[in-house]
Amino acid sequence: MTTSDDTQGFVERPVFSVRDLNVYYGSNLALRGINLDIRPRRITAIIGPSGCGKSTLLRCFNRMNELIPGARVEGQVLYHGEDIYAPGVDPVVVRRHIGMVFQRPNPFPKSIYDNVAFGARINGYKGDMDELVERSLRRAALWDEVKNKLKKSALDLSGGQQQRLCIARAIAVEPDVILMDEPASALDPIATTRIEDLMQELKEDYSIVIVTHNMQQAARISDETAFLYTEVDETTSARWGILVEFGETAQIFTRPKDKRTEDYVSGRFG
Amino acid sequence: MSDRTLPISDSAGALGERWAGGRLGAGLSLRDCRPTRRRVWRDRRNKALVILAVLITLLPVGMILYHITSKGLKTMDWEFLTSPMPLSFRRAGGGFLNALVGTVIMVGLAAAVSVPLGIMAAVYLVEYGKRNWLAKVIRFFSDVMTGVPSVFVGLFVYTALVVQFGFGALMGAASLAIIMLPIIVRSTEEMLKLVPQELKDASLALGAAKWQTVVKVVLPSAAPGIATGVMLAVARAAGETAPLILTALGSYQLTAKLWGEPMSALTLAIFDGARNPFAAGQARAWAGALELLLIVLVCTIVARVIASRSRIKR
Repeated sequence: MTTSDDTQGFVERPVFSVRDLNVYYGSNLALRGINLDIRPRRITAIIGPSGCGKSTLLRCFNRMNELIPGARVEGQVLYHGEDIYAPGVDPVVVRRHIGMVFQRPNPFPKSIYDNVAFGARINGYKGDMDELVERSLRRAALWDEVKNKLKKSALDLSGGQQQRLCIARAIAVEPDVILMDEPASALDPIATTRIEDLMQELKEDYSIVIVTHNMQQAARISDETAFLYTEVDETTSARWGILVEFGETAQIFTRPKDKRTEDYVSGRFG
Repeated sequence: MSDRTLPISDSAGALGERWAGGRLGAGLSLRDCRPTRRRVWRDRRNKALVILAVLITLLPVGMILYHITSKGLKTMDWEFLTSPMPLSFRRAGGGFLNALVGTVIMVGLAAAVSVPLGIMAAVYLVEYGKRNWLAKVIRFFSDVMTGVPSVFVGLFVYTALVVQFGFGALMGAASLAIIMLPIIVRSTEEMLKLVPQELKDASLALGAAKWQTVVKVVLPSAAPGIATGVMLAVARAAGETAPLILTALGSYQLTAKLWGEPMSALTLAIFDGARNPFAAGQARAWAGALELLLIVLVCTIVARVIASRSRIKR
């Protein structure tokens, strides 16, 4: 996995190593045989057609998919070498290290300040809350727009501002990884650009995994890309997602190794 | 009215035939496509019927309010609000202070028990039990309890408690709590169901435990709705008569003792005053009805104000 931009001269240990991951919803297989490594301080994009399990894979990284009744995971998801699905691992602890931003902005119906402070408060943060809120909002490029109305409802903000607030809320708990599930799909182009710029800044400190429908977006922002595709069992017409190709974004988009990847990125289906 | 009818009659001759819809053909503009007279008439008739239904519904409410206010105001004064009942129906003067105190104590006690219990039960139903057998059983019995005539509740408390411990405020409060509980459970459950899953996901993804999510996100988001449901239950309890006859009995004494002696309530005092043949007693009953009406009204308004304040405006 070592690449030329690895200037420090050592092989970085992956943040996540997914090993032979199968995901089931009830008795239906949703993802089969996923193996990939997420590298630190990179943006990893997960692309693929609708229904191929992109969001399912993303939700495996912080154990959010087990909130869906009947969801079951086989295989390993190693976080810094430690299996997050091992017995005795509390999903709440996992989620404190791995932040998530959702497809639709979902601020709490509380003030802007309380939204950002929420995670820190429930985690028993003892430091200066004002300072933390300001730092997180600055980090999410939202501070200048909201600094005079921190006590106002978060629901008064525009969609793009709400999504940046959700990012600020996620980074306020100082996670290691930020998972983003199509964070810009509900936003207009200008708000989308702001989110993308923000992600470029955030990757200096965080590892980011983003699910996106938008191939241009994946090509623009990500360092590495995973292409998922739906496999169909002809006899039972059961469908599940598989990882077709994973590699550097430039390679995936210009020199794909797999025919299916080539067809998808060149827009032949989608 | 005339604005809408005129153009129709104008275009009657021009087109020969009016039509209500269809595709625009050659030479026809949108302005030519007007509803037929039949359709216009039906629209008006249905609108009139709906308005009539509203008026008929409002009529008894309006008459009750008018009667209670006009008759109650004659006796309602400072003395009525601040003095207990005279020992004889015949005597004029005096008031329902003992009944007011009784209602406040018993409804307050009942609410203190049933509100937290009911909200916790609803949280269990929505967040934990969902569709398991215990949740189904609780839901089923809540529904049954909502439909049970309140006099049965009074009879139950009578046989279970009053026979042993005698009439008193605690027994009255127990029966009111039984009546309030299912109302609070079901209304709170409906409100909790409306809290979007995305909000819970957001909280869980930030590393909140389930109980933290419930306490910090789910309950605050549903608070205005829960408050409304609680006020409905309080209003219902304050207006109950039958179970209190069998549990608190009613009394002429101003008392705050929770057990050992009967206690009055506004509804009991109204009932007592209304069925006696003396004008002074009946007049006090009317004033008592007005007093109860105002209490329920004030409670409802307060709940609305609290609800609108606690909710962050959209």
